[in-house]
This record gives sequence, structure tokens and C-alpha cells, in this order.
Amino acid sequence: MDLWNWLEYLAWALSALFGLYMIMDWLKTDSSYSEDVLTSSREGELEAMTEEHKG
Amino acid sequence: MMTDTDITSPVMDGMGPHGTKVGLLRVLGPAHVWALGVGIVLVGEYMGWNFAVGKGGAYAALIACWFAGILYTCVAMIDSEVTSTVAAAGGQYTQAKHIVGPLMAFNVGLYLVFAYTMLEAANAITAGYLFSVVATMTGHTGDLDQRPFIILVIMFLAWLNYRGVLATLTFNLVITAIAFVAILVLFLSTSGILGGGLMEHAALFEGHELPYGWIGVLAAMHFGLWYYLGIEGTTQAAEEVRSPARALPFGTLAGIMTLLIAATLTWYICSGVLPWEYLGDGVNGSVAPLFDTARLSGSNGLVWLLGFGTLFATLASANGCINDASRAWFAMGRDKYLPGWFGAVHPKYRTPYRSIVFLVPIALIFALGAPLDQVITFSILSGLLEYTFMPLNIIMFRKKWPLNSIKRGYEHPFHPLPALTLLTLCGITFFAVFLGYGTQLVAMIGFYIVVSLWFHFWRYRFVNRGTQFTMPWPKPQGY
Repeated sequence: MDLWNWLEYLAWALSALFGLYMIMDWLKTDSSYSEDVLTSSREGELEAMTEEHKG
Repeated sequence: MMTDTDITSPVMDGMGPHGTKVGLLRVLGPAHVWALGVGIVLVGEYMGWNFAVGKGGAYAALIACWFAGILYTCVAMIDSEVTSTVAAAGGQYTQAKHIVGPLMAFNVGLYLVFAYTMLEAANAITAGYLFSVVATMTGHTGDLDQRPFIILVIMFLAWLNYRGVLATLTFNLVITAIAFVAILVLFLSTSGILGGGLMEHAALFEGHELPYGWIGVLAAMHFGLWYYLGIEGTTQAAEEVRSPARALPFGTLAGIMTLLIAATLTWYICSGVLPWEYLGDGVNGSVAPLFDTARLSGSNGLVWLLGFGTLFATLASANGCINDASRAWFAMGRDKYLPGWFGAVHPKYRTPYRSIVFLVPIALIFALGAPLDQVITFSILSGLLEYTFMPLNIIMFRKKWPLNSIKRGYEHPFHPLPALTLLTLCGITFFAVFLGYGTQLVAMIGFYIVVSLWFHFWRYRFVNRGTQFTMPWPKPQGY
């Protein structure tokens, strides 16, 4: 076992950690907010607020 | 529309119209746009472009470098004009939706997601390989298992993207800048400007000017794209920049200028030190030509700098690809071109978190299960289809909404010359790709025809037809 063998294990462990973080946070977010709020994003917000175009 | 807008509302987080409660965060500046565009591409300078040398010799690679440079300058100018006007996530997908039509938009959206996800996978494979090289160089015996490193690259960068766009692209800015400066330093220290020079262009080129003649130049075009592939990714940041009309053209055009410089310097440095037969064989010869040149320079400092440059360029590219693929997927979900579930924004981090997480396993499957050259070819083909769409897009844009009808952040010069140039160069490049990867080209086009039929006969019924056109533009001319 040299350093690189340990680094392999470390890489597996960190990958699992990042993956777990995302899945846990995703599940937590989905259960604490309503779908209406989460998917309320609409395109063109800034334009509608700041620009006036000739109709 | 203006009456129900309340930009001071604490509940709506500054975003009123159309009922957005949680939207993407507008925090980016022109430097982030630059970092996104150049970051995705710069890995192509560190490796990959040199296959062009193998196809037609060093001069062919330079001709391809500059012709592809023209192609991408047209791409950057056209993108700057359209995206500074259609400033929404999804980039070219959103442009297509507003200017051409739903079927084109669906296809362009898929080109984007494929091009970026495949490139992300290719970068992760490359990073795994780099780790194994470092392991061997530091005395590790036996084969390093590259898989945990490939997975770690994808997981870490996905996590970074999940947590917020500002940190993600600031990270990209730092590592991209280091990778670019590394090329400049290598040029200064090997060309004879600082200290003794290593360049032997005349001796190396003698008798090998164009080893395969002009057909070799044509074939080199395929890999000439590598110098710039991905600069069009700047458009995906459109909904997250503070000032789209300024930051997008500025970041994109500064990006293509950076790349023209980096590409030409890279060609000059590598072709002046490495013999073309070695340089042009990216598998058994020079895998990372800039790094190989640094090793030949005999300077330990340069070896380390270019070693980190190679790794950083690879990470920056994968990082930008995750950002861009998820924005395109998110935008398609938001319009119900794909299930609306993907159109969700994280209320705290303000990122398209479901799209980011969903694309992780797809990138992993390709990174762990497919050979590198195939993955890259599918990425390039999707990109090429996207570039072919652009000239049609800008011609229709100018026709339907002439210059004085809507406000643009940037107006590109000499229209329709750039569009026609781009179309011609795309045609030439398709032919070049056909020479080398005909089967994949046909398979890819077959795939897009099948999904188009699916979209037309099934999926289109779910699309939010009423709300998908959100730009407050006048009616197009002639309608």
C-alpha cells in the first residue's frame, strides 16, 4: 500500500460524500417546498422589468 | 405586464413578473462569462488539437487553426448579438425557440446537452489519465485505478455547481486564468524572448510542409475545431449575469480573442519543438503537447506549471460543461419540452439543481463506459450541428426583427457575411468529419431524426405553448 492506494480510497470516499450531500439536500429541498415554488421560474424576467419595446 | 411587477417585494425576491418566486441568481459579470467560455475550450489547446497535425502536417494544423478561428469568430459575433437580446438560460435553445420554432429548439437543446455532457465525460476520462501519469511519475508501481478519480472529478464539480453559480464560475476564472498564463509563460521562455530559445521550425518542417497535400488540410479541419470548441457556451450564463446586454458580448468576444492568441501560440510552441510525426499522434505520441514541450525545455518549473495547466484546463472544461448542460436541460424543462420537473430552481442556492443531479449519472456512464475518441466525436458532431443552425438563426432574426425594431446589446458587423462564412465552413467541416467518422455522423443524424419524430408526434402536446415566448418583442415582420 503506497500513497496512491490511499488516495484511491480517499477519492472513492469523497465521491460518495459529494453524491450523498446532493441527494440528501435534493430530497430535503423537495420535501420542504411546494412544487409551485420550486418550478415557478419563468424566462425573460429582466426584460419584462427594465425594457420597453415598441408593440 | 409592467403593472404586476414589484421589484421591491421581499416575498418575490426581487423578481415579480410571470409569478417567479424562485429564479436563477443574477450575480455574474463579464469575467465570469469569459471564464465559462474560455474555460470549456482551453483544454483543447492542451490536448487534442494536435490530431490535426497527424492529418495533414504542421502547416495544415495552422491553416485549420485559422480557418476554424474564422468559423468561431463568426459564432462568437452571432451569439453575442442574439444572446444579448434573448437573455435567458438555455442559450441557443432559447434563441431557436424564439426565432425559428419548437422543433428546431428541441433539437438544438439536445445538441447542447449532448455536446456538453459528452465533453464533460471526456474531460473526466482525461483527468483520470492525468492522475495516473502523476502517480507513475511520483514512483507508484502498478496500474492506478483511474475510476475513483474520474468519478471524483464529476462528483466534486457537480457539487460545486449545485451549491451556486458564483463560486462555480469564480473557481473557473481562477483555474482558467492560470492555464492561460501557463501558455504565455511557456511561449516567452521557449521562443527566445526570455533566455535561450528552443524553436527549430525550419529544420522540423523541411520536407514535411504538407505531407498529405491539400486533402490533408481539409481533414485537419475536423480537429481544428478543437482549438475553440465550446466558446459558444457563454450564452448559457445569460440568465445569471447582472447585465446581459453588456457582459455577454464583452465576455464572449474577449473569450474568442483570448483563444485566437492561445491557439496560435500553442501551435507555434509545439510545432517548433516536437517533430510532426510525434506531435500528430495524440494516442501513442504526444498526448499533451504543451506539457511535452515543457518537459523538453529542461526546466522543472515549466514542467510543474504546464502540468497544473493541463489539469486545470481539464477541470475548467468539465466544470463549464456541467454548468451549460444543466442550464439547457433546465430551460427545456421549464418550457415543458421535457418534463416540467426539471425546471426547478433550488430556493437557497438558486441553481437548476434537479437538472444538475440528473445529468451526473449520464456523464458517469459515458466517462466509465465509452472510449474517449468516440465520446469526443459525438460531442464535436453535436457542436457542429449547432453551428450549422446559427447562420440560419441570425438570418431569420435579422429578417423578422430588423435592427431598428428591437433593442440589441450588440450588433455584429457585415451581416450576412459572417453567417454565410459560417455556413460554408460548417459544410467543409462536415465533409472533413465524414472522411474520418462517416458512420458516427450518419448514426448521429439518424438519432436526431428519431427524437424529432418523437417530439413532433408525442412530446409537443405537453409544451407550454402560451408561455414559451416571453420576450416582449413586437410581432415579427411579415406575420
